[in-house]
Amino acid sequence: MWLIITTLAAITTTLIWYLKDPKNEYKLGLLAIIFWGATLMWFVDHVMAYRAEGEEFFEINADATLLGISVVIIALLVWEITLLISDPKGILKKK
Amino acid sequence: MACFIAPVGEAVVTTIIQKVVEKKEKKYGIKKTKERVLSWSQRLRFLNGLLWGGSLLLAFEHIWHGEVVPWPPFLTAMRNPADVGPMLHEMAIIGGGMVIFVTFIWAVAMLVVELRAPASELNVEYNRGG
Repeated sequence: MWLIITTLAAITTTLIWYLKDPKNEYKLGLLAIIFWGATLMWFVDHVMAYRAEGEEFFEINADATLLGISVVIIALLVWEITLLISDPKGILKKK
Repeated sequence: MACFIAPVGEAVVTTIIQKVVEKKEKKYGIKKTKERVLSWSQRLRFLNGLLWGGSLLLAFEHIWHGEVVPWPPFLTAMRNPADVGPMLHEMAIIGGGMVIFVTFIWAVAMLVVELRAPASELNVEYNRGG
């Protein structure tokens, strides 16, 4: 389930970056790259586990969903910290 | 078990390479000509983002599943000598697969960017301080 949630987050973030932040002022490109990196890695992990061990490709249960949501929160935290450090609008510098 | 260690290893190497390339580009004044074409340090930064970002989220997933703990030996598979072999096997096969796949996708993305750029934009400017 976390692969589905992360892929969805990667697609959404890329779309928002393309439409609203193509110059990457708000570091949305970074957030998209974080999501895409995890998506690609988990895709390989899922394919290999499916082929080698016959595991379910998509693990759909409450724990997997909660993990997916937590992963998105971690990525958003990293992005927000980076955004505040770079402070593109100079709001923190003014204070 | 610890498959994210392989992409972390690649990320360390490519980050060092990116820093060296960035220094050389600054020294020789090499920069991109237009928005579309990327310098080598920018291309490597993109790869580093994929590797570090992906590894971070994978590490979190391993913590979630109790495969990584914040105390020594950090990897729970290390507690039992019988689990060390399968762990190293997983690192090599799945981690290696991740490294190859992410690098391949990055290479394809960079190739597409270059092919889409008009020939005139492919030339980098060399500004040798004069």
